[in-house]
Amino acid sequence: MEAEEGLRLGRSVAELRETFRSGRTRGVAWRKSQLRAILKLVDDHEDAIFEALHQDLGKHPVEVYRDEIGVVKKSATNSLSCVEKWMAPKKGQLPLLFFPARGEVLPEPLGLVLIFVPWNFPIALALDPLMGAISAGNTVVVKPSELAPACSSFLANTLPLYLDSKAVKVIEGGTDISQQLLQQKWDKIFFTGSTRVGRIVMSEAAKHLTPVTLELGGKCPIILDTLSDPSEIKVAAKRIAGGKWGPCSGQACIAIDYLLVEQKFASTMIEFLKKTISRFYGENPKNLKNLSRIVNKHQFERLRNILEDPSIAASIIHGGSLDEKNLTIEPTILLNPPLDADIMTEEIFGPLLPIITLTNIQESIEFINSRPKPLAIYAFTKNDSFKKKILAETSSGSVTFNDTMIQFVCDSLPFGGVGQSGFGRYHGKYSFDTFSHEKAVLHRSFFLDLEPRYPPWNDFKMQFIRFAYMFDYLRIVLLLLGYKLKKIFSPGHLA
Amino acid sequence: MASEDKKPKAACFDGEAARSLVKELRGTFDAGKTKSYEWRVSQLKSLLKLTKDHEDDIIDALRSDLSKPVLEAFVSEIAMLKSSCEFTLKQLKRWMVPEKVKTSITTFPSSAEIVPEPLGIVLVISAWNYPFLLSLDPVIGAIAAGNAVVLKPSEIAPATSSLLAKLLGEYMDSSAVKVIEGAVPETSALLEQKWDKIFYTGNGKVGSIVLAAAAKHLTPVSLELGGKCPVIVDSNINLITTARRIIAGKWGMNNGQACISADHIITTKDFAPKLIDALKVELVKFYGNDPLASEDLSRIVSSNHFARVTKLLDDDKVSGKIVHGGQKDQSNLKIAPTILLDVPEDSLIMNEEIFGPLLPIVTVDNLEDSFNIINSGEKPLAAYLFTNNKKLKEAFVRNVSAGGLLINDVALHITNPYLPFGGVGESGIGSYHGRFSFDTFTHKKAVLYRSFTGDASARYPPYTLGKLRLLKALLSGNILGIIRALLGW
Repeated sequence: MEAEEGLRLGRSVAELRETFRSGRTRGVAWRKSQLRAILKLVDDHEDAIFEALHQDLGKHPVEVYRDEIGVVKKSATNSLSCVEKWMAPKKGQLPLLFFPARGEVLPEPLGLVLIFVPWNFPIALALDPLMGAISAGNTVVVKPSELAPACSSFLANTLPLYLDSKAVKVIEGGTDISQQLLQQKWDKIFFTGSTRVGRIVMSEAAKHLTPVTLELGGKCPIILDTLSDPSEIKVAAKRIAGGKWGPCSGQACIAIDYLLVEQKFASTMIEFLKKTISRFYGENPKNLKNLSRIVNKHQFERLRNILEDPSIAASIIHGGSLDEKNLTIEPTILLNPPLDADIMTEEIFGPLLPIITLTNIQESIEFINSRPKPLAIYAFTKNDSFKKKILAETSSGSVTFNDTMIQFVCDSLPFGGVGQSGFGRYHGKYSFDTFSHEKAVLHRSFFLDLEPRYPPWNDFKMQFIRFAYMFDYLRIVLLLLGYKLKKIFSPGHLA
Repeated sequence: MASEDKKPKAACFDGEAARSLVKELRGTFDAGKTKSYEWRVSQLKSLLKLTKDHEDDIIDALRSDLSKPVLEAFVSEIAMLKSSCEFTLKQLKRWMVPEKVKTSITTFPSSAEIVPEPLGIVLVISAWNYPFLLSLDPVIGAIAAGNAVVLKPSEIAPATSSLLAKLLGEYMDSSAVKVIEGAVPETSALLEQKWDKIFYTGNGKVGSIVLAAAAKHLTPVSLELGGKCPVIVDSNINLITTARRIIAGKWGMNNGQACISADHIITTKDFAPKLIDALKVELVKFYGNDPLASEDLSRIVSSNHFARVTKLLDDDKVSGKIVHGGQKDQSNLKIAPTILLDVPEDSLIMNEEIFGPLLPIVTVDNLEDSFNIINSGEKPLAAYLFTNNKKLKEAFVRNVSAGGLLINDVALHITNPYLPFGGVGESGIGSYHGRFSFDTFTHKKAVLYRSFTGDASARYPPYTLGKLRLLKALLSGNILGIIRALLGW
């Protein structure tokens, strides 16, 4: 059974290589047709997508549109209008010495691309990287997550109806299929997921010297400076709640993981947060509205274990109730749980928000720096010098001031991690670049062949080359005119 | 015998030593020392001074390691390094400035920028063929980007390795820039540590090992590898210039031991004899009638590599195809410029990177066939074409995939600081030179500034159909749509 699977996979990959070699995916017409097809697919099947995401994660259609469909459509539209520009060679500057010559950088597709999709944004994080790979002219295999089965089937059944199935394939399956895929030789692997699996993917890729992009996660902190204006505190509370429980109930790589605030401001903020939670999600923990559920029992148990740990349970100040049947967990706030507990050492990836109080908000910088670099840092502050300090002294994939999550829809900003949160980036033109090879091309002419390039070597040639490297054209001309210039070179080295 | 009482000459650099090395460098980096513009400039200036002050020592070390001709040492290593340093010093301030980027109505009101920041502590593993340049050029990039650096020079070029250790120790800030000499055990100890970036120049086999070690810590890696860089030669060219440029790009580059040197030639059956004759004539002009005695040719770096290269000629079917050269001097590790014609496709010399002074010429009926031949192999670091035919040039650029392409010359593209230098596929990952060096050791941090005003309630629950409409409009950036949605139409 496994051998059969392996053979089928090998055949699919061989077919994709053949397609790439034929050159079909290179032309701009093909790329645009595929991007348009994705746009049409999403338009035609909006309801089916809502349904699939409701099944897999209990997402509300508005959440689906905001986080997945809308993002994909925006990205497709942007790619369609820009792809030709992105494909154009970039003219390079050339020092005069190279004259006559022409230099440029020409982007070309890498070839065969493998995209691993995570379960939390199973449509967007499949289609968005796919569009990047297509706009760069590659053939692609998309491997959706088996933990979001309705979306996986949707992609497997629908993509072939809209896209060139000799160039884009969806291969469903679990860990064993992923492992088999990793045995093949790819020209690029794009992985979104956990650090644990990221390591495995990179190790396998190393065998074939395959470049990878790893979009991982981390504990994304929010630094909350003390605010005095109640309208601003209200906005902050909305954005914090929206950035914690809004995206897939906290199961997102850029979701707020924990919050840092000064002791004196904490209780005010907590009150605002509680009010916001009840406004957003309702008062009844048994009937929470507008909130995704936990993806599966395994993750639910993981979060339950965290909450039931006595040292953590003691710090719960809001929420904490679990609905095993529906796999939902109430938006939960904790105050100062022990820093060495799992909740503060592992990425939470769930609807639990630890609040850590500090004497002075400036301490947040050291707090963050003593932990692995996260994908995003959020900071709510009006203090410009504090903003500069945060930028200069912390490191993360991105920093967003006075809002949460929204950097994701800013196409002109690269989206990616650093350190444990990953490497490589995408969105907008960065998607095109991440699936391209930038080929340097230099055109020279036969005209003007410089003698001094060639042996046998002598003093004259040495002088010439010295001046050439300094781009000292005046001296070169003088030298050529026969002027005897002061000998810089020490005797004895050249006979 | 008092040998049991003798202390070891130097403590061997093991895992413990590597761990404390990394700890020290992290301390330096975390203290912020390497981040300032002033520090970076002072270190780059020290590198420049070191190179200028010790030019003779460097040339001597290169002669000791590779019998590198003085002018070649100067041109391809010292001058290149100085030029790279000066270019970086001139541009650095500009590179360090955050890049403002546009924002769209979707995030209105907002402003955004991309802020370059150092990755942290960086490991540079260098190669033996341009041991000075390939050690310090990446170090320039690492320092320019504000990182702390460990350089591991190649032990196969020992004179240069110890010179680098000595000079960097004297001229550079040793709390942030260190040289660790050694071979496999030392390199392995270093690779076990967690680095923020690893930059490796060398061969694919070791590159794979470096990548696997980096995977454990999710460390991003640049690999500058090699490949069989082909030279396609058309018949409608200036023959003498072509021959000279091929020679300069093959034997003039460390006697063929360079990642971008011409590995083999592909030309038409008809043209091959003319090309061979021209090459022979120019070879004599360059290196005389007894090339083994010429001072203008590097030797083979070591007896291991000498054995490896001569093994390529071992096969009768190969040695019988020698049309020029073939002389060897084992005691001096010298091999004369050797040209072969039409060796069998499956021979070792046609399947491994030669990295030596043997130049096979492969003949085809049609020059366009050469593109398929090249594309059916592993992607090389560079590919070259000599022609005056515009269509052929265009087809070459469009169809041949390699790290870089150069038309009507060999190797020269690496001296241009405005072109990225790096491979693709088996020839490597990442690129450097000029600004690309700075970028390769930098994290470009995305920063978005928002204000408390302009909050679209459509983002938040409770979710309604009206909000859905507004979100659709907002995300599409369609102003009319936004207005309509806001007005409830």
